[in-house]
Amino acid sequence: MVLLTLMAAITVGVVRLRNLFAVVVLGGIYSFLMASVMIVLDAVDVAMTEASVGAGVSTVLMLGTLYLTKTEETRPAHTPLLPLVVAGITGIALVYGSFALPPFGVADAPIHMHVAPYYLENSLRDTLVPNVVTSVLASYRGYDTLGETAVIFTAGIAVLMLLKGRRDVKPGPKRKRVRR
Amino acid sequence: MAILEQTVAHYNHWVMIFLMISGLYIVVARGNMVKKLVGLGLFQTSVYLLYISPGKILGGTPPILGEGLGPYSNPLPHVLILTAIVVGVATLALGLALVVRINESFGTIEEDEIFAEEDDT
Repeated sequence: MVLLTLMAAITVGVVRLRNLFAVVVLGGIYSFLMASVMIVLDAVDVAMTEASVGAGVSTVLMLGTLYLTKTEETRPAHTPLLPLVVAGITGIALVYGSFALPPFGVADAPIHMHVAPYYLENSLRDTLVPNVVTSVLASYRGYDTLGETAVIFTAGIAVLMLLKGRRDVKPGPKRKRVRR
Repeated sequence: MAILEQTVAHYNHWVMIFLMISGLYIVVARGNMVKKLVGLGLFQTSVYLLYISPGKILGGTPPILGEGLGPYSNPLPHVLILTAIVVGVATLALGLALVVRINESFGTIEEDEIFAEEDDT
């Protein structure tokens, strides 16, 4: 609960700050906090991935982009009234909906009734892996993971294509637009 | 007492909702593209929370089987979110590459300045 409150506080900082460098570093702290929350919520594999990918790789990518662009955000030209109203209405609707959800941490919530018991009972016999998350990820839902790998491969190719031939143009502020 | 009970039962949902609408607000209201991507990331992590927190059983253990352990938390959301995290970083990399290209072509990553420049030409 304390961790969740800390995360909310950091989010306020991310919304308000205008220096992008500070925002990115706060984003890294936020990801580490999220990883701690995941450990508390028994999702150890997710916590490890979030700490390495969310806090590590994402932050490095962001910092690299900031190095290539600029680190200060300009003051917005128009008032943020409309987005505030939209976000507020969405938030109220979601809070209203949250009262219908089962309370936190009870063992007889609908989510624990259907597929999960099957995995917990059979995965040791089927795959001989004690970690159920691993066995579901790699064995029961292996095609899912294959698709995920395909997505990452595609994204990698797209990034390479976008950044290809970047070196022959000189970086600088306010260049004339290049027609392609 | 009823209010306190509701708060304890739904605190995770409420923080999740707060993170979600902050992400939504940043994406809609801020013109800077790196900031938009950070907002998108906030929105994404709030969805992780939405998936993982119902899977927790109070007094449960992580879903790694062993003698004398249990009850286990639900492993299925963990698997789905592992996939989501990795795909999320792939989309983030793609978005940042686009931002770098936009900065090259326009010399700015502010939405308003890009629109102004487009109107000029």
